[in-house]
Amino acid sequence: MGSIPRFWRENPSRYNLVGVKCNNCGRVFFPPREICPVCHRKSIGKMKPIHLSGKGSVYSYTVVEDTPEEFAMLKPYVLAMVEMEEGVKITSQLIDVKPEDVHIGMKVEAVLRKLGTEGSSGIIHYGYKFRPVNE
Amino acid sequence: MRDVAIIGIGDTVFGELWDSSLRKIGIEAGIAAINDAGISGDDVDALYVGNMSAGKFIEQEHLAALIADYAGLTKNHIPATRVEAGGASGALALREGYLSVASGAYDIVVVGGAEKMTDVGDDEITKIQAAAIDQEWESVFGATLPSLYAMIARRYMHEYGATREQFASVPVKNHANAAKNPKAQYRKAIKPETVLNASMVADPLGMFDCSPNSDGAAAVVLAPMEIAKKYTDTPIKISGSGQASDTLALHQRRDILTMDATVHASRMALKQARREVKDIQVAEVNDNYSISEIIALEDIGFVEKGKGAEFSYSGQTMIGGKVAVNTSGGLKARGNPLGATGIAQAVEIVRQLRGEAGERQVDGATVGLTHNLGGSGSTALVHILEVA
Repeated sequence: MGSIPRFWRENPSRYNLVGVKCNNCGRVFFPPREICPVCHRKSIGKMKPIHLSGKGSVYSYTVVEDTPEEFAMLKPYVLAMVEMEEGVKITSQLIDVKPEDVHIGMKVEAVLRKLGTEGSSGIIHYGYKFRPVNE
Repeated sequence: MRDVAIIGIGDTVFGELWDSSLRKIGIEAGIAAINDAGISGDDVDALYVGNMSAGKFIEQEHLAALIADYAGLTKNHIPATRVEAGGASGALALREGYLSVASGAYDIVVVGGAEKMTDVGDDEITKIQAAAIDQEWESVFGATLPSLYAMIARRYMHEYGATREQFASVPVKNHANAAKNPKAQYRKAIKPETVLNASMVADPLGMFDCSPNSDGAAAVVLAPMEIAKKYTDTPIKISGSGQASDTLALHQRRDILTMDATVHASRMALKQARREVKDIQVAEVNDNYSISEIIALEDIGFVEKGKGAEFSYSGQTMIGGKVAVNTSGGLKARGNPLGATGIAQAVEIVRQLRGEAGERQVDGATVGLTHNLGGSGSTALVHILEVA
């Protein structure tokens, strides 16, 4: 799916969790956006990059059984919506855990993992997934 | 703005229609609506077509011109417009058609919705449906449409103590209604155990919590109210039309348990119609997943937030209950051919308000509502229909 530039243009955020902070109101957004949906015009020029810590907790989750073909080898896999320390929420897979051990509120951290491949011999795409941290 | 009426309706059976192409079902529904209105093709001023993804399902874009062509409407070279908003494409086409008549731009407008999903396999359908959520920040990470609704369901259970048994009351009711609808994909009642024991799609949503893959089409004919009586004794007035948007990605929402787009669209439609929620006797709401109907009941205002699952479980949404919801069988059992769904909802409410709903008729229904969602709730449409 898609071209190489389509993936690499998002690499800063997918590799390093780069979001933005609106220096008008202080809200953090991920992925980056040009305009703060709260401050509108007042935010122009004040949306500054910010590295998220990668730490957060599970806000909700599911165990995915029906998948598109490119994820078939992973199934069943845990998909989670994670509330980050900075207040934003992010969706990705939760790995290194049994589905039955996942619970809302579980502490997790982001790690870099393979997301997918372009065909059988194409380039590999990487990005964040989450894994549990000891509480 | 002029008052607008629906003067004709038409629809195909929904299901896996192996014998029929997209153009064939689109025309079938359109011709049925034109015949029902008692007009001729020469009377039609414009055509709107709701369709989510013909480009991916059958590799055919430019659908509006195609449908106008095969409907025999090219002679007059009428304007033909395709409208897309994920699973809300049909209701959005209805709204665009409604606005074009209300504005005075056109008099007689045909609005159709059509989708042909089953020419591709189930895995491919899952992928195409996921194009209505955020490709770059949800789908790429393994999210599917049902997985997002599953996360809503999980959080709902966590916050409000709801159970899968309560959720199951939605598909059980909708299958019971569909058993009385000759146009439904699944004309068969089911038991709660069937829902609870079905294989998982995305835990806690099983196969029977999810609407099926469907082919189908539906159409309506619109006219200004001042001439509607010329065509029919039972014009149904579109008294309110509401539309709202929200973030494309579910995780960006203010609250994943409230579809703010539904809240805004329903308030907009009710205000225009000068109606309150208690006036609604029959409603077609977007039960693409069991949790979706429960949240829609809350967001439209039939019941307060957190009480929707119990409201459904206690039978308040059955025919004869406080409000009859998804008398057609809904997306779950009538079927969910994405772009056709929003129009099919309007067709069902018109049948109810005309008193033509047969075994599933809601006695004395005069005011109805339709609610159609795109993606994980990034677009919502609500229409209020009334006996004129």
